[in-house]
Amino acid sequence: MEFSIYDFSSFTAWIDQSLRAAMSPGMAVAIEMLIIGVAILIFYAIVGLFLVYAERKVCALMQNRMGPNRVGPGGIFQTIADLVKLLFVELVPIKNADKILFSLAPYIVIIASFMAMGALPFAKGLHAIDLNIGVFYLMAVSSMGVVGVLLAGWASNNKYSLIGAMRIGAQIVSYEISVGMSLVTIVVLAGTMQLSEIVQAQQYGWFIFRGHIPALIAFVIFIVASTAETNRGPFDLAEAESELTAGFHTEYSGIRFAFFFLAEYINMFIVAAIATTVFFGGWMPFNVYGWEGFNKVMNFIPPFIWFLGKTGALIFLIMWFKWTFPRLRIDQLLTLEWKYFLPINIINVLIMALIVLLGWHW
Amino acid sequence: MEVKEKMGRLENEEYIINMGPQHPSTHGVLRLVVALKGEIVQRVEPHIGYIHRGIEKMCENLTYQQIIHLTDRMDYLSAHINNEAVCLTVEKALEIEVPERVKYIRTIMSELTRIQSHQLFWATFGMDLGGLTCFFYGLRDREKILDIFEESCGGRMIVSYNTPGGLMNDIHPNFQNRVKEFLKYFRGVIHEYDDLLTGNVIFQERSKGMGVMTKEEAIAWGLTGPTGRASGFSCDIRKHNPYSAYDKVTFREILYTEGDVFHRYLARMEEMRESMNIIDQLIDNIPEGPFTAKMKPVIKLPEGEYFQSVETARGELGVYIVSDGNKNPYRVKFRSPNFVNLAPLNLMARGSKIADLVAIGGSLDLIIPDIDR
Amino acid sequence: MKSVIEYFRGIFNGIKSLLVGMTVTGGYFFRPGTTLTQQYPDNRDTLVMFERFKGEVVMPHNEKNEHKCTGCGICEINCPNGSIEVIPATEVTEEGKKKRIIDKHIYHLGMCTFCGLCVKTCPSQALAFSQEFEHAVFDRTKLTKVLNQPGSKLMKGVE
Repeated sequence: MEFSIYDFSSFTAWIDQSLRAAMSPGMAVAIEMLIIGVAILIFYAIVGLFLVYAERKVCALMQNRMGPNRVGPGGIFQTIADLVKLLFVELVPIKNADKILFSLAPYIVIIASFMAMGALPFAKGLHAIDLNIGVFYLMAVSSMGVVGVLLAGWASNNKYSLIGAMRIGAQIVSYEISVGMSLVTIVVLAGTMQLSEIVQAQQYGWFIFRGHIPALIAFVIFIVASTAETNRGPFDLAEAESELTAGFHTEYSGIRFAFFFLAEYINMFIVAAIATTVFFGGWMPFNVYGWEGFNKVMNFIPPFIWFLGKTGALIFLIMWFKWTFPRLRIDQLLTLEWKYFLPINIINVLIMALIVLLGWHW
Repeated sequence: MEVKEKMGRLENEEYIINMGPQHPSTHGVLRLVVALKGEIVQRVEPHIGYIHRGIEKMCENLTYQQIIHLTDRMDYLSAHINNEAVCLTVEKALEIEVPERVKYIRTIMSELTRIQSHQLFWATFGMDLGGLTCFFYGLRDREKILDIFEESCGGRMIVSYNTPGGLMNDIHPNFQNRVKEFLKYFRGVIHEYDDLLTGNVIFQERSKGMGVMTKEEAIAWGLTGPTGRASGFSCDIRKHNPYSAYDKVTFREILYTEGDVFHRYLARMEEMRESMNIIDQLIDNIPEGPFTAKMKPVIKLPEGEYFQSVETARGELGVYIVSDGNKNPYRVKFRSPNFVNLAPLNLMARGSKIADLVAIGGSLDLIIPDIDR
Repeated sequence: MKSVIEYFRGIFNGIKSLLVGMTVTGGYFFRPGTTLTQQYPDNRDTLVMFERFKGEVVMPHNEKNEHKCTGCGICEINCPNGSIEVIPATEVTEEGKKKRIIDKHIYHLGMCTFCGLCVKTCPSQALAFSQEFEHAVFDRTKLTKVLNQPGSKLMKGVE
């Protein structure tokens, strides 16, 4: 059987067939789920650790510093060392805390980000599940993490944590609308909610180019709103270390804190991946109509490199925001959403619908 | 019914949080007891004294030379200006005229101190508002001034460079070149401060119209320094009551009328530029001469009361010495600017959000050891 | 209409100011060689402190193990925190005169505030500041130092 690094569907089909040939169908599905689970888990850990390292290097270079440079070449193993240290740190029990909710909260956060990972198409045929309502699913799952954060703030028996949790509650409820609306803009253009088809539709031009002005506006709103939704950058009000010490995770220590920390970075990866899939053609290479030689070279680069490259660029953009801007205040945050993003978004969706109806897009 | 009653009680209950003594935004061990209603600050009650060392009392057992090194540790960011204040008071009491060279050097050093203090203000204010990169840019530029201090004085922050009658030692031969180098460098990078923070729309939204003090309130509460001048209170000691070489230079007193967080910030930004102009006028004209006046080894102030105030980076520092003719002062009192500037915090922050409280506290540029002394 | 224009002008000016801020941080990110970090323990060999840096008080000795301290105790009087203790001794000179010398010049580094008064007021310039700044020790008693080396003598010609 021949495998192509550009098309994983034959590879996954081959695994499926050989498993089904060897055992009962129920067993085969179970084994497949296990393989996918382990694969995503490993990917999850690698991405999380790498992003923590990348963030530290990026912010260091922006601030005229060197960043981690002692553990391994260029400090590449620094985050692993930090993780090992966090594993050994005592889990401090909090007086009068709601024990069950307190220990449950980090897992909810991590599960939510884990579930979103399953629906992302990394390359052709390389995704765990291709739902026909993929966009809808991603939005639903990614906003589940806030439940964990709210629980963490509530269960900590700490006043700062509670304020942080209430802030993030208001924040996510507001910004979820913007994220949804800007994705709807593209769904209108694509005519489908299935992620694989959205990617496929961008074969001859990414949606950000095909949808021109409305798509560009949708992208800007999406990247800002998702920065807010992942609780980062100028919108990190829930932790706001100069106001609330550490916000909702003030009382967390050791591996539980590491879960929150890791989930933040994975969420950043997920929103960047969604933006890549929806606006920048997912794993599709950059093709220009008519430039045959250029297209050939671009097509030669494997799709998952394209995917990770685009995602990485967007992650860098989000990091760049964080290390440049001062933080917003909670009422300004909500004003920005309800007075600026929401009206712009609604008009934007209408314009996009009009453009699709009149066929003005490329 | 019962639930309703309970709800009513909860609604009226204040949510009290303790900001500090260990809190990232109080810049030291200041404790603010904040009564909240949701996010809105109802009442702020500053509790001070966590770093009280009894400097005024300690001064009573030390000679006038020895007092100097304690004043470094009050407002550690204006260490040099604090030193100068005590020296000026002692010199005034003894009625001695220090050499011109000393006056020039003291003025240049004071202005360098002011610049580095405002640089650190910019750095930490940016950090208070969540812009972490500001902190590193501010400290990067401040390092250059600290190097100048270290080369001439031997200390970086705690300089102890003044002594009654003059200076501990002459300036380093490199001093003038280094200062000029620094001015050239800093004029090149100060636009980054504006690009990164001053012009930023988020920053302006956060700071404009926050914590307003009118001119009348500023005078009533005795606010001085950039905090008072942002409210329109013309209180620059350098201008109104010049000491050292300030009568030989021309400079602008930065005055605004708005009195909000943004203009307190802006006043400091402009003061840095003004300080550079002052140094420009002096650095090439340092007269030759001795670096200290002839002083007796044991200084005894004639009986009486002496007062001298100077303009530190934060406002008016007054030094009041009562002498009974001995080598130790009978009583020393420092009128520290931070203590006075902290007082109206409740007035300014009432009705604003927690984030605004942090911004207002940051804009006052408080140094806690100077409050507690 | 005017308010609509103001609304959009506000948006564009805001975005512009944000982009200006991003050019500063981005500029440093993409420009190599702007890092200022000194890799401290690695550069110990090449690290030069300023000559006036107040590291700790030392008593310079010459190659014949002689110092300049006469044991007058002015440094002890001038020290604001009592970090200097001079323990004097008497010595009989060749002419049969009794002379005050030092037995031990004790310096408590743990109490020193580096005001520099001892060095400045010493009449025979016996004290100086070294540029040593790595003062961390595991035992507090190690911060108490005897400045005159064992067996050292007063330099000839210093009264």
